[in-house]
Amino acid sequence: MSSSQVPDRAAVAAEITPPWSRRRRRSPWQRAGNSSVPYLLVLPVLAAIGAVLAYPLYKLVVISFQKYGLFELIRRHGTWVGLDNYRSVLGDGVFWRTLERTVVFTIANVGLTMLLGTLIALLLVRVSSLVRVLLTVGLVLVWSMPVVVAVQVWYWMTNYQNGVLNYFLTEVHLGDYFQHDWYATNFSKLAMVTALIVWGAIPFVTITVYAGLAQVPSELVEAAEIDGAGPLRVFRDVTFPVLKPILLILTSLSIIWDFGVFAQPWLLVTASGWNASNYLMGVYVYIEGYAHSDFGRGAAISLLMLLIVALLSVFYVRQMVKTEEAG
Amino acid sequence: MSAVTPAAPVSVAPGERVRTRTLSRRARRRKVQRAVWNAVGLVVFAVLVFPVFWMVSTAFKPTDEISSFTPTFFSRHPTLQHFRDAIDPQQHPYFWDGVKNSLIVVGATVAVSMVLAFLAAVSLAKYRFTGRSLFVVLMIGILMLPQVGLIIPLYVVLARYHLTNALTGVILVYLTFLLPFAVWTLRGFILGIPKELEEAAMVDGSSRLGAFVRILLPLVAPGLVATAVFAFITAWNEYIFAYVILSDQSRQTLTVWLASFYGSSRSTDWGALMAASTLTAIPAVVFFLLLQRKIRFGLTAGSVKG
Repeated sequence: MSSSQVPDRAAVAAEITPPWSRRRRRSPWQRAGNSSVPYLLVLPVLAAIGAVLAYPLYKLVVISFQKYGLFELIRRHGTWVGLDNYRSVLGDGVFWRTLERTVVFTIANVGLTMLLGTLIALLLVRVSSLVRVLLTVGLVLVWSMPVVVAVQVWYWMTNYQNGVLNYFLTEVHLGDYFQHDWYATNFSKLAMVTALIVWGAIPFVTITVYAGLAQVPSELVEAAEIDGAGPLRVFRDVTFPVLKPILLILTSLSIIWDFGVFAQPWLLVTASGWNASNYLMGVYVYIEGYAHSDFGRGAAISLLMLLIVALLSVFYVRQMVKTEEAG
Repeated sequence: MSAVTPAAPVSVAPGERVRTRTLSRRARRRKVQRAVWNAVGLVVFAVLVFPVFWMVSTAFKPTDEISSFTPTFFSRHPTLQHFRDAIDPQQHPYFWDGVKNSLIVVGATVAVSMVLAFLAAVSLAKYRFTGRSLFVVLMIGILMLPQVGLIIPLYVVLARYHLTNALTGVILVYLTFLLPFAVWTLRGFILGIPKELEEAAMVDGSSRLGAFVRILLPLVAPGLVATAVFAFITAWNEYIFAYVILSDQSRQTLTVWLASFYGSSRSTDWGALMAASTLTAIPAVVFFLLLQRKIRFGLTAGSVKG
């Protein structure tokens, strides 16, 4: 990244030094300093994270092997119960059904986000500059909405009494939606959550993919078109290969975020709307662990969830470290 | 279609004429295509922005228009009454507490995280050291942690040190999540500075600290501001941890106040709720619109060049 700005002096150096030593070319900072400096600079961040995150994570593992409720919270230590919490969670059908439901939910959300986000990015390239500016401003506006605010607006729009969604659907003759309750069935509830999440996630995907589209060589697109390739063919053979790394990163990020999502579903469906038959993983962890004050069992669920997300993150983190080392 | 070419010059060869005609046909098709795409673009814009528009429009509507079954899109009698209601101490006593608490939490978090993260970012951008990759993995890994999975241990640990229901507890928790983000983003900004500038300063005999203050700092300043603003937005919008840690209404942040607004009365005052939502969103929206070009969140840095 930074080496692209280095002018001819570096080019000369490149000719007289073998590649391996060029890669190790040190910055003036390093030459002048002694080796403890980088560690001293990183130390405050590490200390803060260690104090506020490492200890609780250790605590999480310990508590998951303990009986730990409100009584233990006041007494400040739990009673060792071995693997009881894990046995209880993994032997509970609710956990497995929640996991299954969350996987389906995540696939639907990520699929819709990526599809719509990419389509809008492709649209951005084709519209006139005025419409493009308008769309970009709209995307940024949506992007900047705080989650809590978005939930309130969504709730108002889908309100069964006089929500604008029911009015609109009835007006365009898609059926009679007069006083239709969107929070009546489990499927409908989760569909509303999906709509909210996808709406909020589209801008990030669109703007990133749009930036990536700038890398697609326009001569190649034109050449393909002159050779008679249709728009689908052009996308598959010219655009998609260039976008692929970006789409992969965005997809893995979206999977990680949507699998562990909590605020949107929790607030939109409201506390009374959740039960064992419609839990998502984030909501399940919160209700079974924290709200029921069964911290030991909750810790076991949390750890299982963190493990799943860690597995999902491996690809993304590896990709980021790779680009970091290249840059 | 192209019957509008009666006065074609005689000198033009027939083959030539056919070509111009197909060319103009292609140009026309392009034009039609462009118009269709523009129309689609406008529809997409309308759908995307509608919720935001609906929030603002409802906030300014008189109550009878809001509760009507046929909604009005632009009110003929706009009113500020809902804004007055939303922040009226008699009706909603904790709005100003929320603003104050949010500002304290966000201010402290951003100030501390920027200083600490800047040091670490310099280290990452300027030095190669053993354990560097591990540090990078740690930073990115923390950003990936689902927050809800950490509620229980953070709550248990904060309770032990009597930091639940205290702003300090929230500040500490926010720090751990903002630090990795700030380190990663700032590192990108520092990498963007040409090495030659620093080298020149050192050749001129400046000390390392002198080079740092006079050369590096002014160049990174825009990046520092951008990162600080994004940290501000993230902390301002945060809900989960503030909700779990703060139980007294007078100690809650603005997002927690807004989330509890809906359940606070039996029949929902939609106008006031939308006014309150608008007020909560304003700082984030303003900052975001000002800065959206500066940053692509660093999360996809490297995968998108340029």
